[in-house]
Amino acid sequence: MSVITLALRNLLRNRRRSLTTLLAMMIGAVAILIFGGYSGNINLGLQTNFVRSAGHLQIQHKDYFLYGSGNPAAYGIKNYASLIEVLRNDPELKPLLTVVTPTLSLGGIAGNFSAGVSRTVIGTGVWVSDQNQMRRWNEYNFPGEAKTLALTGTAGNAVVIGNGVARVLQLCAPLQLKNCPASQAKVNDGPAAPDDISALSQQANAENPKQATRAVPHIELLAANVHGAPNVATLAVVKAQGFGIKELDDISMLLHLPQAQQLVYGQETPQVTALVLQLKHSADLAKAQARINTLLGTTLKDQPLAVYDYATLNPSFGQITGMFTAIFSFISLLIGAIVLFTVGNTMSMAVMERTVEIGTLRAMGVRRNGIWRLFVCEGALLGAIGAIFGVVLALLLAWAINHAGLTWLPPGNTEPVPLTVRVWGETRMLFSTGLMLVVLAAISAWWPARRAARMNIVDALRHV
Amino acid sequence: MLPVTLQQVNKRYQLDSVAVPALADINLEILPQRFTVLSGPSGSGKTTLLNLIGCIDLPDSGEITVAGENVQQMSDSALADFRLHHIGFVFQNFNLLPVLSAFENIEYPLLLAKVARPARHKRVKMLLDAVGLNEKSQHLPGQLSGGQRQRVAIARALATQPQWVLADEPTANLDSHTGASIIALMRQMQRELAVSFVFSSHDPQVLAAADDAVMIRDGRIVAIESKMAVAL
Repeated sequence: MSVITLALRNLLRNRRRSLTTLLAMMIGAVAILIFGGYSGNINLGLQTNFVRSAGHLQIQHKDYFLYGSGNPAAYGIKNYASLIEVLRNDPELKPLLTVVTPTLSLGGIAGNFSAGVSRTVIGTGVWVSDQNQMRRWNEYNFPGEAKTLALTGTAGNAVVIGNGVARVLQLCAPLQLKNCPASQAKVNDGPAAPDDISALSQQANAENPKQATRAVPHIELLAANVHGAPNVATLAVVKAQGFGIKELDDISMLLHLPQAQQLVYGQETPQVTALVLQLKHSADLAKAQARINTLLGTTLKDQPLAVYDYATLNPSFGQITGMFTAIFSFISLLIGAIVLFTVGNTMSMAVMERTVEIGTLRAMGVRRNGIWRLFVCEGALLGAIGAIFGVVLALLLAWAINHAGLTWLPPGNTEPVPLTVRVWGETRMLFSTGLMLVVLAAISAWWPARRAARMNIVDALRHV
Repeated sequence: MLPVTLQQVNKRYQLDSVAVPALADINLEILPQRFTVLSGPSGSGKTTLLNLIGCIDLPDSGEITVAGENVQQMSDSALADFRLHHIGFVFQNFNLLPVLSAFENIEYPLLLAKVARPARHKRVKMLLDAVGLNEKSQHLPGQLSGGQRQRVAIARALATQPQWVLADEPTANLDSHTGASIIALMRQMQRELAVSFVFSSHDPQVLAAADDAVMIRDGRIVAIESKMAVAL
């Protein structure tokens, strides 16, 4: 007859009360695990989005992150092709990598001059095949197929623009955009484009005679070249799409890397503003970053480069995950308090009801700590049973949610994704929640158990 | 085997702001291997005296020696161990653990005393046989009659082979026929197992069966009747 057996039998004495307490703990465990699974899923989903679009790590000119967006030409990476080769062939990095690809960010003015409208934009030149490979990264097994870049299979002068850019440039109708009403405001008939810009535009058109067919709408992108002079490219808009949030929709565009380089560097040797590295596993991030730092200090020390991880490059990641962590902690705290008081109340009632029994046990020779141990064990056992059933219930509920076909639009996403909660396989969360319940229940029983242990034997035996 | 001795023992209870004397100037020696009854009207102090002898309460003054040990000098844990090995209790309301079977109730003190499983089971079976409850060994207390429960309680009190068994009004909740059988059983146990029984009771059946009777009134010993000499 172990203490645990005796404690278990005592719990079964008042089944209804024990069941009520267990239900409170089970609901608490389910709430913690389902919300934990949900917020964990959001964190991993965000990470997946960032890693698919911008990799785990980026190597940039060391000042580009803070100062370079206004003048990318001044913070370019030279000889980037050889750097990529070094990174791809490094014996330590090679097994960790899936993609190493260059990108070039540039700022400019996009104009639909035939409609008399323009706006400032930020364009990113990319290697389409590399970007498509990056979009297949799915370490956390999210449902759904990876979508290829809209630039796939397009001509060199193709561009994908944000919905907001299309709206401002009055391209909704040609691009057949939904939910994009034409503005009622009258467009000013301002002066025509300056002669030099018009000349550049005509030159660009002449260099690409295929555009004469005008099967797709075209825009002009004006940007400063490496010498600070204006340069213009005429780009075929193949698609307008969402970039996750309105601010990006209103300003972003994607174009082929050679086109972006042509615009900024012209006949000069092309450069890029970042080398994007995607790893096979996020867990290797620190190891890969450390290795790259070593390379930047030795083999690649010719240029002032620095490596940043996706969390540094996307401060919103830390903000969103931090917010969910805070909410999760708050919910856990509330549930912990409920468990504490529920089990405490149950154990206090048990002590009161079993006062004579406590006196009897003490008279028989049970020490104070034996009584204390018995009641703490009963509390912990309540916690353990509540945790086990809570975990099982949470797993069932998570399965039901994951198979209910629900969808939602996470922050930064352009399309709805399946609503899933990640509970199965989250061993650490399951174990820590279970352990928290057991410890809390034992702590809840601590005070009633102490009171039971310190009872006067004669008074306890006289208790009616 | 040594007697229980009480010298100049006093005990008061505090009821609100009033100190109520429960025992005053008690000097008593209870001889071993006897059937001793502490008798007196309600509130006379017999249960208090029994609690002091059983080491579950301590006197305000005076000295109590049980099995040669001065119990006032012991720590709480030492007293618990002392009770486990030297004293068995039988209560008016039986006080069996309701979640344990008859067998387990008797086994429990042996578990506390860390007796090995074979010896433990052998002892429990012997006691169940002695109290005539072999067939009820797996019954819970709630499935037993009052007399059967008290038999289990007697067996439990005898489990660790204590020198002293203290019984507080053991027949008060039993009908006279069952009470008589319980007294007979205790008498039999006392003789067969060479153990000393001390009762608090005003049941004439118990008084009639006693070797020694200590009469108490208003917290003082007023008379001692014995079938042999009792030293005061």
